[in-house]
Amino acid sequence: MPTGLPNGGGLPDMKDMTATILKRIGHSVITLFVISILIFAGVEALPGDLAESILGQSALPETVEAFRKELKLDLPPHVRYISWLGDFVQGEMGRSLSNHRPITELIGWRLSNTLFLAAAAAVVAVPLAIILGILAALYRNTFFDRIVSMVSLSAISFPEFFIAYILIALISVKLPLFPSISTLDDQMSLADKLYTIVLPCLTLTMVVLAHMMRQTRAAIINVLATPYIEMARLKGVSRLRVVVLHAFPNALSPVINVVALNMAYLVAGVVIVEVVFVYPGLGQLLVDSVSKRDLPVVQASGLIFASVYIGLNLLADLLSIASNPRLRNPR
Amino acid sequence: MKNILNITGLTIEGFNDNQWSTIVDKVDLTLERGEILGLIGESGAGKSTIGLASMGYSRKGCRISSGSIRFDGTELCQASDGVKQKIRGTRIAYVAQSAAASFNPSHRLIRQCTETPVRHGQMSSAQAEKEAIENYRRLLLPDPEGIGFRYPHQVSGGQLQRAMVAMAMACKPDIIVFDEPTTALDVTTQIEVLNAIKQITRHFGTAALYITHDLAVVSQLADRIMVLRNGQKVEENQTRELLDTPEKAYTRRLLSVRSQRPDKKPVKLKQKVILEVNQVSAAYKKKELVLDTIDLTIRRGQTVALVGESGSGKSTLARAITGLLPPLSGEVVFQGETLGASYRSRNRESLRRMQMIYQMPETALNPKQTIETAIGRPLSFYFGISGKERRKQVLEFLDRIELPASYINRYPGELSGGEKQRICVARALAAKPDLVICDEVTSALDNLVGEEILKLLQNLQNDLGVSYLFITHDLATVKAIADEVVVMLKGKIVEKGPIDKILNTPGHDYTKRLLNSVPKMDPDWLDDLLGKRKTTRSKRAA
Amino acid sequence: MSSLIKFIQKAPWSAKIGIIILVINIAVAAFAPVISPYGETEITGDVWEEMSLTHPLGTDHLGRDLLSRLIYGARNTIALALMITFLSFSLGTLGGFLAATLGGWCDTLLSRTVDLVLSFPTLIFALMVLSVVGTSIFSLICVIAILDATRVFRLARAVAMDIAVMDFVEAGRLRGEKTGWIILREILPNALPPLVAEFGLRFCFVFLFIAGLSFLGLGIQPPTADWGSMVKENAGAITFGIFTPLWPAAAIAFITVGVNLIVDWFLNLASGLKE
Repeated sequence: MPTGLPNGGGLPDMKDMTATILKRIGHSVITLFVISILIFAGVEALPGDLAESILGQSALPETVEAFRKELKLDLPPHVRYISWLGDFVQGEMGRSLSNHRPITELIGWRLSNTLFLAAAAAVVAVPLAIILGILAALYRNTFFDRIVSMVSLSAISFPEFFIAYILIALISVKLPLFPSISTLDDQMSLADKLYTIVLPCLTLTMVVLAHMMRQTRAAIINVLATPYIEMARLKGVSRLRVVVLHAFPNALSPVINVVALNMAYLVAGVVIVEVVFVYPGLGQLLVDSVSKRDLPVVQASGLIFASVYIGLNLLADLLSIASNPRLRNPR
Repeated sequence: MKNILNITGLTIEGFNDNQWSTIVDKVDLTLERGEILGLIGESGAGKSTIGLASMGYSRKGCRISSGSIRFDGTELCQASDGVKQKIRGTRIAYVAQSAAASFNPSHRLIRQCTETPVRHGQMSSAQAEKEAIENYRRLLLPDPEGIGFRYPHQVSGGQLQRAMVAMAMACKPDIIVFDEPTTALDVTTQIEVLNAIKQITRHFGTAALYITHDLAVVSQLADRIMVLRNGQKVEENQTRELLDTPEKAYTRRLLSVRSQRPDKKPVKLKQKVILEVNQVSAAYKKKELVLDTIDLTIRRGQTVALVGESGSGKSTLARAITGLLPPLSGEVVFQGETLGASYRSRNRESLRRMQMIYQMPETALNPKQTIETAIGRPLSFYFGISGKERRKQVLEFLDRIELPASYINRYPGELSGGEKQRICVARALAAKPDLVICDEVTSALDNLVGEEILKLLQNLQNDLGVSYLFITHDLATVKAIADEVVVMLKGKIVEKGPIDKILNTPGHDYTKRLLNSVPKMDPDWLDDLLGKRKTTRSKRAA
Repeated sequence: MSSLIKFIQKAPWSAKIGIIILVINIAVAAFAPVISPYGETEITGDVWEEMSLTHPLGTDHLGRDLLSRLIYGARNTIALALMITFLSFSLGTLGGFLAATLGGWCDTLLSRTVDLVLSFPTLIFALMVLSVVGTSIFSLICVIAILDATRVFRLARAVAMDIAVMDFVEAGRLRGEKTGWIILREILPNALPPLVAEFGLRFCFVFLFIAGLSFLGLGIQPPTADWGSMVKENAGAITFGIFTPLWPAAAIAFITVGVNLIVDWFLNLASGLKE
């Protein structure tokens, strides 16, 4: 076989690539599985009996016994774990201890709210961060770069609620433009919803924007220091073409990674912002349930957060593999 | 004929330790159309900086502070970016030392090759591709139609270097700047690249600046040679004249590198065997064998050179002997005692008797330890010597390796490369070893500095009777120090024997090819050799 | 001492600002009882009073002097964050260095465990653990220290790995040196600059993390003064146009910006050394 075909080698290499991807996916599934065991075991490790601790010391023994049955506490742990996980996968998550509503119903609506908020922030933050990051790298050590670096460093250092309260003080109290409390309901139109979430969305944007921009800048600067960029300059390639065609494709892999990791951070970091703006999302629910020690809800929402987080990390790695020419076109 | 490049009074400064210092000092240089000028010098001579400056380019942290660079009537020193962009790639092209790092990993070779002619509007994309393939053919690349459609990481080092020459040729420039294009290659590959460069520059009548530290390499190509040292011109002459009648002492020293062997105290013939390697095979994780049933013996006071090109397994053999890579099978017998496979299972005494000197003195010394600790640690670790007595002995070692006593409180960062390597020698000898394994100890150093290290090692051997296992890819080094030579190829020993026999009457084809490939300080060497190879080939064909 | 002063004099202006901020904070924390006008939990006025001479920053939701609370809060929060950072740092560096020098099963076991913890969002992890073990200062210290140690471990291991493959470490091994010497004398001195910068980063992270948990009501419990919980307690004021909660929030931002400025300087120094 002639060695010079565009995809020299061909089949066995594609297998390698597929194997890498399958391995990575398998790894995520196993991680998720182990985490579900940990979440389940964590509640098991609770001192005392769950039923007793919920009903209180004064409850009648019969009531406690009946409640134990309801919680299936009379069965051995591994049986309960399997039925819990099975139910969870089918979307059946049991009932909340505090208000006895089905958890699926409680979580479903809130999860969609959280994702809505995170997505809105991402749509604003990602393109802005990449553009600003590239500009800062291009005009490194200029006045523009220093300002951008200074602002982003502050934004990283500020706690989320500080940014949130400054925005409330300025845009909601001093200039009453947007509401400081973001309550959503199903009757609202998309425009209304968007109007309501302007402030939390802005807060989240500022938090992730700073991270993403700094990392994008660093990734591009790294690539600009390589010999092949010097070569491109010595070939007489224009400045813009050097950055867009020679540097950016090689910075793609780290940039994708940065973006996906920040999306994962967005989903988890949304908790505090939801609390500030009393936004009916999953984070708010989790915090409430933790203070009420409503463990079934904590378990369920924790597992959902973990799945989204692990899923986004997986996506980051897969895209990263796909954008690396060495991995895409192996020897 | 009119000069295509005229550089006068070029001074370039670099920013270091918060101040500007001179890298290139008032250098004048001219290049005629079609002429090849060799720029030669050791590290710090400023040769690469001049090469880049001839394209109107200076690296970050450098500035052209005065002088003039006139390319075909255009002054490049004050030229705008637009003017320089138009000239670069089309009229002056650049070939870098490491092709692997200088090709963009995201694009296919041919796309990078055709970028300049297409962007500068000289050719259509299809035409440029045809030209590129034609150039690949001229440069004797295998599969010229297909190779361009590969990505850089799919092509071997020597081929990539030729692909880079093809890229430089894409617009048929007036000048090509070659910046050490064969330094990173093995000698047998170097010959192919040298030949390719020679053919194609001749074919197109391209002028070139050929930058290298290797006088023998440059004399094959250059019409004229300029010797540089510390940013200043030492001398300049036609190649033959410079080689035959060098004017300056520095040039004479460069010319005589490795031509003399340091005196060796004669060793009695049948000394005791101190190291025996029996049937050793080794491999890195689940891969094919890197070492395939190796046998080797070293006698007291003897220097055995282990020669091979990259990937031949010579450094792996050192790792197997020291126990850093436990062999899969076979045994290492040291002074009659079979050593444990891993260094962890060996006792302190056998570790002490076998010491190692590394290729890179920069990484071989802990930058946070003073010279006193570096040399003193083996003394206290193996012999329990401490305090004043240790300091006294360290001073003695410093004297032995010809470094001033004041160095005792310094850190490695304050020393030059050659000085650091001397410290490494002292550290190894402080353990009072019977065998020292020297892994490419001179290849990271300039030739003259390396020569001093070889001399030092030879003197120490004369005094102490220690044996050396000398791992190297450089046959000149072998000639300068070895008693016995072992030639390795792809994990196997292909030939071994006394040095005179191997050098004069090599038995194996590979040894012959290896010996043949070392450039000689003779401008006709490459042509003669290739002529010979051609005739033998045609004879065989007939 | 004089070399330290010289070292600081050479610092860029941004790092000098950072150092000044840090010194102010540490001084305030150290001399809290001397500086503060009132006691930590003393009720001295009306709810959410405006700024005045008697109450320079006004009062909080229970009528306590906000400035005094801020000063005591500095003491509590900084002390707690420092303690946790030291703990997580020792844990993480030790683990990372051991994993890098010993390799093999030790490395595999530690790295897998750390990967598992890191595959879970930190805040959610902390919330879930605290929901099970309950909120107390002790559980807070343990949970954050362990979670944070995983990140220190990653960096320490990576840095140590880079150094462990250097020839001088190999030379030490071939000399027959024990693991203790290799870690303490060969690796640690060379790993110090990136680790010092990381210490600053971790301190900021821990600081913000405690503040976040306190803000959610799961961190330091009242009546102890703490900046995060002070924001939460006074959050309601903001809708009335009273900016009480901004003060403690700004105090948090102030110290983390200061530390980050110093960290940036160290990171630049560390990367400058490499080139």
